[in-house]
Amino acid sequence: MNKTILILKQEYLKRVKKKSFIILTLLVPLLFVGMFALIILLSINNDKQERTIAVFDESALFLGELEQDEYTKFHFIPQEEYSELKSDLKNSEFYALLYIPENIYSAGTAQLISAKQVPIELTEKIQRRLSQFIEKDKRQKVIDETGLPDLDERLAATQTSVKLNTLKISETGEATQSSSEVAFIASYAMGFIIYFFVFMYGAMVMRSVMEEKKNRIVEVIISSVKPFQLMAGKIIGTALVGLTQVAIWVVVGLVVLTAVQSLFTPESAQQMGQSLMESRQSMGQGMDQAAAENQVTEALEMIGNLNLGLILFTFVFYFLAGYLMYSSLLGAVGAAVDNDEDSQQMVLPITFPLIISIMLLFPIARNPEGPVAFWGSIIPFTSPVAMLARIPYGIPTWELLLSMFLLLLATLGAIWVAAKIYKTGLLMYGKKVNIKELIKWLRYKS
Amino acid sequence: MELFSANNVTKVFANTRALTDVSISVKEQSIFGLLGPNGAGKTTLIRIINQITAPDTGEVRLEGRRMRASDVAHIGYLPEERGLYPKMKIGEQAIYLAQLKGLSRKEAVANLKKWFIKFDIMDWWNKKIEELSKGMQQKVQFITTVVHEPKLLIFDEPFSGFDPINANLLKREILELRDEGATIIFSTHNMGSVEELCDHIALINKSVKIVDGPTHEIREKYKSNIFEVKYKGDFKKVDHALGSHFKILEHTENEKANRIRIQHLNGGTSNELLQALIPVAEIVAFEEIIPSMNDVFIKAVEEDK
Repeated sequence: MNKTILILKQEYLKRVKKKSFIILTLLVPLLFVGMFALIILLSINNDKQERTIAVFDESALFLGELEQDEYTKFHFIPQEEYSELKSDLKNSEFYALLYIPENIYSAGTAQLISAKQVPIELTEKIQRRLSQFIEKDKRQKVIDETGLPDLDERLAATQTSVKLNTLKISETGEATQSSSEVAFIASYAMGFIIYFFVFMYGAMVMRSVMEEKKNRIVEVIISSVKPFQLMAGKIIGTALVGLTQVAIWVVVGLVVLTAVQSLFTPESAQQMGQSLMESRQSMGQGMDQAAAENQVTEALEMIGNLNLGLILFTFVFYFLAGYLMYSSLLGAVGAAVDNDEDSQQMVLPITFPLIISIMLLFPIARNPEGPVAFWGSIIPFTSPVAMLARIPYGIPTWELLLSMFLLLLATLGAIWVAAKIYKTGLLMYGKKVNIKELIKWLRYKS
Repeated sequence: MELFSANNVTKVFANTRALTDVSISVKEQSIFGLLGPNGAGKTTLIRIINQITAPDTGEVRLEGRRMRASDVAHIGYLPEERGLYPKMKIGEQAIYLAQLKGLSRKEAVANLKKWFIKFDIMDWWNKKIEELSKGMQQKVQFITTVVHEPKLLIFDEPFSGFDPINANLLKREILELRDEGATIIFSTHNMGSVEELCDHIALINKSVKIVDGPTHEIREKYKSNIFEVKYKGDFKKVDHALGSHFKILEHTENEKANRIRIQHLNGGTSNELLQALIPVAEIVAFEEIIPSMNDVFIKAVEEDK
């Protein structure tokens, strides 16, 4: 036991002291923050290029009346100039050429001719301007016909939006507000994180075993300790590295979350709501400010309403069990092979269920209670990812317990199989190993 | 006194017999040579002693009792295929390996410092293994093998990778370790070093022990009645006098004395040869040729075919 701890410590310190670990641990949260910041930045009007667009208005409806802004200018041209320009747009001062046909009112189509790929934002903007103009014109006609000058206001008053607040009744009868959007994001995130951890750290164990075998130090080591002790020390040591990383991220995450929450005083929520509304509006969706404000505060509240305790507990459990299962099998592969190519061949059948489980994420998100979600989260090889993806939606206790029990059984089985292969494989050199050979090793007496 | 013994050890792998009923007994404070062609089963026996594998039948005993897993703390093992962690600092690595053998960190550091000073390599302490030459790495490996002051040392081809100077240094160290009380099992194909170092040998061929005994006795036993004689006189007369019981293997003439190698074909005594020679020549020197370990090895293995 002492020696297992010695190996564990050695393995842990070796990895934690590595520059790549420190960099990765610091970089990932930064990357996340950066990614979100980038998305927000990108969604907030980023197009700052000045463009002048030549407009040939055959319908003669818009002349001079098309709304311009700081970056997009319109210059109306006569027909002669249009045909001239069309053939030589590249060398003109105009970015694009807008052709408004005579029948735009009825047909509702126009043409934008450009030498370059036009950004979607710009096409959307022009579309919006054109349709808004026509809408306004049509509305004016209706007002004139009906003689109701306050038609606009009346119509606006009929606009109704229903927001579905989902309440979840827990087993104790408590009702909490849930949000399927937040659950969806949480589900995906959990699934992916578990997948990456199991994969990354499992592969780490395998590489470490292979290295020891390749360096031939392994015979010296196993003349001091039992192969099982070596394997256990290695696997647990590496798991602790993973948990250290998670712990750092959780602490950083909580700090950031509380910081963000404290920043969200009502005024700041209002501000955020405003900017959210603006960005939505620019995407062509109307939305009133109060609703936008609500969304921001609600989203934060929903995050709070997720059962963070359960999520953390199941995360640690499924990470440890899933990782133990996969890493012991991968460790056994590392011991069985003595070159990289052979290992690739053996790794795929082992990691295949893990890859499958990632593909289950989408069906699970669509229907967290469906058969795919159920079986995926019960079968041990996919359950670490699938179950974690289901947790944010809530899960019956018996299913969770059954899944945990089966996973534990499978993990013990995997450790047993791996220990046998590991012991035989470590000192086996120059032999091409395949699955059939491995099965033979399982039958060896110890 | 016996320190270690293997009794009737048999080990069969899936399709090969590695050891068949092999027994050896190693005296305390002696050097025991474990010899045999490649694939004979030496490494398997060594791994059984190291508790890496268990025998199918038979047992291994240390100091009179059955060996336990914890006995590995009393064994130092230098495998034929060896290595260290290339990226780890030498000092840290040596401490780690010593701790795995059961030393406390403090003991490990103290013992290691002694050895590093002895080999004059203190300045390697903070270097990485990959920065050292192959020969230098072997020195470090040797230290990690002996640092926990084991009672039983097992060296599998210890001289491979050493230049002659370092090989000599290693030989001296091995003898010194024995004189200080260690018992050594030594496996090698370098027969010269066997003659020099081993008190006792066992030869394993195709999983079976075929020769066992003190080195000098075995060489004695494998004598083939060859004598070397230096004499003054006429070779023709000598040749004539020897007759059919003797075979002349080699003859060189020299101003001072001729040298001749004669094999006594009937396995008779040296006196018979002398009696035949004395009437025809003046004997200057007379010596029975003891076979080298190399000859013994080849002969024993060929006879076993």
